[in-house]
Amino acid sequence: MLIINCPYCGPRDQSEFSNGGEAHVKRPDGSKEIGDREWGEYVFIRANPKGLFYERWVHTHGCRKWFNCVRDTSTDEILVTYKLDEKKPNLNNFKSVVKTPSGEPEVGSGNFTVEK
Amino acid sequence: MKKKYSIFSLARNALSGHKEWPKMWRSPEPREFYDVIIIGGGGHGLGTAYYLAKEHGLKNIAVIEKGWLGGGNTGRNTTIIRSNYLWDDSAHLYEHSLKLWENLSSELNYNVMFSQRGVMNLAHNEHDIKEIKRRVSANNLNGIDSFWLSKEEIRKKVPIMNTDNLRYPVLGASYQPRGGVARHDAIAWGFAMRADEMGVDIIQNCEARQIRTKNGTIEGVETSKGFLRANKIGVVASGHTGVLAESAGIRLPLQSKPLQALVSEPIKPIIDTVVMSSAVHAYVSQSDKGELVIGAGTDSYNSFTQRGGFNIIEDTIRAMVELYPLFGKMKMLRQWGGIVDICPDASPIISKCDIEGLFFNCGWGTGGFKATPGSANVFAHTIAKNEPHQINSAFNLDRFASGRLVDEHGAAAVAH
Repeated sequence: MLIINCPYCGPRDQSEFSNGGEAHVKRPDGSKEIGDREWGEYVFIRANPKGLFYERWVHTHGCRKWFNCVRDTSTDEILVTYKLDEKKPNLNNFKSVVKTPSGEPEVGSGNFTVEK
Repeated sequence: MKKKYSIFSLARNALSGHKEWPKMWRSPEPREFYDVIIIGGGGHGLGTAYYLAKEHGLKNIAVIEKGWLGGGNTGRNTTIIRSNYLWDDSAHLYEHSLKLWENLSSELNYNVMFSQRGVMNLAHNEHDIKEIKRRVSANNLNGIDSFWLSKEEIRKKVPIMNTDNLRYPVLGASYQPRGGVARHDAIAWGFAMRADEMGVDIIQNCEARQIRTKNGTIEGVETSKGFLRANKIGVVASGHTGVLAESAGIRLPLQSKPLQALVSEPIKPIIDTVVMSSAVHAYVSQSDKGELVIGAGTDSYNSFTQRGGFNIIEDTIRAMVELYPLFGKMKMLRQWGGIVDICPDASPIISKCDIEGLFFNCGWGTGGFKATPGSANVFAHTIAKNEPHQINSAFNLDRFASGRLVDEHGAAAVAH
């Protein structure tokens, strides 16, 4: 289970939060002009990387505020949480532990799920 | 040479101390070029190679697997097989698979231990009852054996179940007698052995790293054992399918999440059917070794850690103990997670894509094991003929543009 650092309330147990999927998804401009395919991509397709991932959480059983997060999906390590109006951090600032696209990280899964 | 298994081969090998069993498949070094490369050596992938060789006469085929055969979700599921899906498209697909299961042990001459002990889906409230009765009727119209069980009938079948004294009482269930469980490794090994006999190269410890394309046509795949050229590539990599698709510049509507399961210490036979409940999220069957095989849910967030969150198991165990109070003092032996790729409509994708020669069989989410032979069969057809089989034509990628989804989220009576 994760410990998530809510930017408003501090570190709390994951069971207080709900996941909101990919962050920074932009609704396409000109929704009248774009075709079914582009619209379908916006509605149905979300990034699903193995490694660094921008995602949204909401502190459902706490302050009920939404915030963003960068998490490594190969280890579940949460690298940073930040408020919605903050700029999204550059992923190059973080070390990716996945050496090949579908490979496994050296340190086994789940070992980052507790606070260091 | 065709390997035959029988009571006589068992006796003969017992006398020689089980030291002379032949290897079930070769372990060849990869060749430079293949007509078809299947990425993913689980049941679906090996089955695809098997049907490509058997039904479509293709010989120059390779299956590449980053770990060992059946070491992914094929070896991590709770082995439940059923076909009682609501929508026609799904019902036809899963029923096709169930029919193949029924004959698979004799077709492969390898015991996949398919045990048709029946599958029950419990109703816990008024809405469940309506939904399940509707599904039972839909199943009957599709020629699938499925009927409604009253609470009394459930108690007769599963006397250990606590039907009344719990937060969400058991009010009835759907029941599919032809459903059941099978041995998960056996399906991978059986398909692998028979595919290998027809000349399919099965290459383990060979990780696919990048799918290479040129002018919209497939070139081959970069692997940990070098670059392999191919005319066609079928990606059947479950949770990692999206990662591989991305390497070819294709975005798939998939989200990868851990799905957990656990087994208890072995006990004497106590439950002789499969009981599933999506409302309280607990499903259980008993393995031939006597362990209770318990299925839990997926985590709410994307992850590739084959482990999953503890709160998920906690929820499932809570429901289990309420439904079967006598399991309360049992010990659990093992817990694990597998990475499942979930589609927005909880239905699979068995489809070609914009790149010529690139095919995907993915999005099976939390329920792919039951579909193994059927999925492999229609995927082989799709690859060989460059067009879908009638059965999988609805499960294409275009549905996410047309909006013709096959929405099996709640309808399949299993929590996703």
